[in-house]
Amino acid sequence: MTAPTRAHARRPTDDPLWAKALVIGLVLAFLGLVLILPLAAVFAEALRKGLGPAVAAISTPDAWAAIKLTLITAAIAVPFNALFGLCAAWAIAKHDFPGKPLLITLIDLPFSVSPVVAGLIYVLVFGLQGWFGERLIDHDIKIIFAIPGIVLATIFVTFPFIARELIPLMQEQGVSEEEAAVSMGASGLYTFWRVTAPNVRWGLLYGVLLCNARAMGEFGAVSVVSGHIRGLTNTMPLHVEILYNEYDFVSAFAVAALLCLLAIVTLVLKSVLEIAQPDVKRGGGH
Amino acid sequence: MAPSRSPTRILDDDHPMTAETISAPPRPAQRPLFRRRSAIPGFGLTLGVTLTILSLIVLIPLSAVAIKSSSLSPAQFLAAAFSERAIAAYRLTFGAAFVAAVINAVFGVLTTWALVRYEFPGKAVVNALVDLPFALPTAVAGIALATLYAPNGWVGQYLTPLGIKAAYNPVGVTIALIFIGLPFVVRTLEPVMRDLSADVEEAAASLGAGRFATIGRIILPALGPAWLTGFALAFARGVGEYGSVIFIAGNMPYKSEIAPLLIIIQLEQFEYANAAAIAVVMLAVSFLMLLVINAIQAWSRRFV
Repeated sequence: MTAPTRAHARRPTDDPLWAKALVIGLVLAFLGLVLILPLAAVFAEALRKGLGPAVAAISTPDAWAAIKLTLITAAIAVPFNALFGLCAAWAIAKHDFPGKPLLITLIDLPFSVSPVVAGLIYVLVFGLQGWFGERLIDHDIKIIFAIPGIVLATIFVTFPFIARELIPLMQEQGVSEEEAAVSMGASGLYTFWRVTAPNVRWGLLYGVLLCNARAMGEFGAVSVVSGHIRGLTNTMPLHVEILYNEYDFVSAFAVAALLCLLAIVTLVLKSVLEIAQPDVKRGGGH
Repeated sequence: MAPSRSPTRILDDDHPMTAETISAPPRPAQRPLFRRRSAIPGFGLTLGVTLTILSLIVLIPLSAVAIKSSSLSPAQFLAAAFSERAIAAYRLTFGAAFVAAVINAVFGVLTTWALVRYEFPGKAVVNALVDLPFALPTAVAGIALATLYAPNGWVGQYLTPLGIKAAYNPVGVTIALIFIGLPFVVRTLEPVMRDLSADVEEAAASLGAGRFATIGRIILPALGPAWLTGFALAFARGVGEYGSVIFIAGNMPYKSEIAPLLIIIQLEQFEYANAAAIAVVMLAVSFLMLLVINAIQAWSRRFV
């Protein structure tokens, strides 16, 4: 909004003070109840018995294994989706071909699939009774109830995040810069690195940020394929569930608090990026 | 790379060489098939990789649901997908998602209005916080909400004397889905509200329209398509949501059991085909929502 106007009279597009106060009051009350209170509850419950038990809860071997598995999963899923996103955006934004809207819709598909269904499909393909079930057993390869399944399910649910961020951004930037580079004899890869990459790096980072938050936090899909084996196939969110169901609330909320910190860091970085590079906020972010 | 070749052929069949003016001279080594608008290399490779990965990760596994459920006879399918328990679960899932999306549509438009039009202390924090449901793992949201709204929880203890039970029942499910869906409405409305031209409002005001008339007859209709899209996105997300819901739902069969949970229960009993049958129903609804959302957006684009 514009800085304080010189005119004393209220402009016609301004709302009266009471309306402003009412709207802002309602919004803050609603957001307080729906968003801030849960966040506060996590930290309050984690620290209910002081800092000691909370720290102890996140230093158990099982908690460490869960943290490690979560990091490994994200470390595979996020770069994979970044690479896919760059490929898809290059093909879609820099070239013309029929069926483009359909392709974009298909890339978006995982957003509208329930996480539980996302887990189920991999059980149907790789599980014991699945398409490749017997062949996998013959070769002693475990995908379901093992780490590969967790990674696959995570890739599925975070599939569109980066592509969705990059496609509109690269479409908006057009093709003239790349065409100029190519016409002067630059190779495709060189053009990508020296012309396109610098233009999209902030959008890419923005997508990576959102993708990473979801990858580390995914619960439903991972829960279906993980088998909940402690110390082996438990990610942090699954570890939270197990502790909570065992009524070990302090430990559950301590691990949850760690995930909250991740969410807060994500939001802070995202806000910083939006302020510093307003262009990134094009993808519609979810 | 086999996959890279077929799209090229499709392209060629549909558009037989209408070589349009290219702003840059084509590279001499370029295959003639690519002499359409773009002189940028890498189309075959990137499209090939895109289609391959899309098929392997998304399309083929998704088809497994349809194929698995087709191993059931039609009668078995109906019995699995529309058992009394499943119907109760759909009713709860879709009902709670609908109510939550309505509540989010109301508070979402107020929130967006406050963020776009007003200045108030802490606005930057509020703006960042709206995205919390995108960033916070759903299981964390689930246990936090369950703790708050349980009968002895921070909020629940004040609701119990009023005779309101807000956890371990459909109300609890709705609360979780309100949390999950809010940013969809706000982030869909925000760019549209920001782009609303002040001229129209000023014109309405100068013609004697009161503030409420301007809002009701000028602003809200202009927001309509985005509002509907945000509502549909929040609804669609709510229908599939699992992590935040199961902790607060109570998970009582016929009463507070959501459809995704029913899939998991079938899986745990190794009834894979039954699980797939319920998944088919949920996927059908998801695709329907996707179509609706695309239709709304196509419709709204006509007015821009």
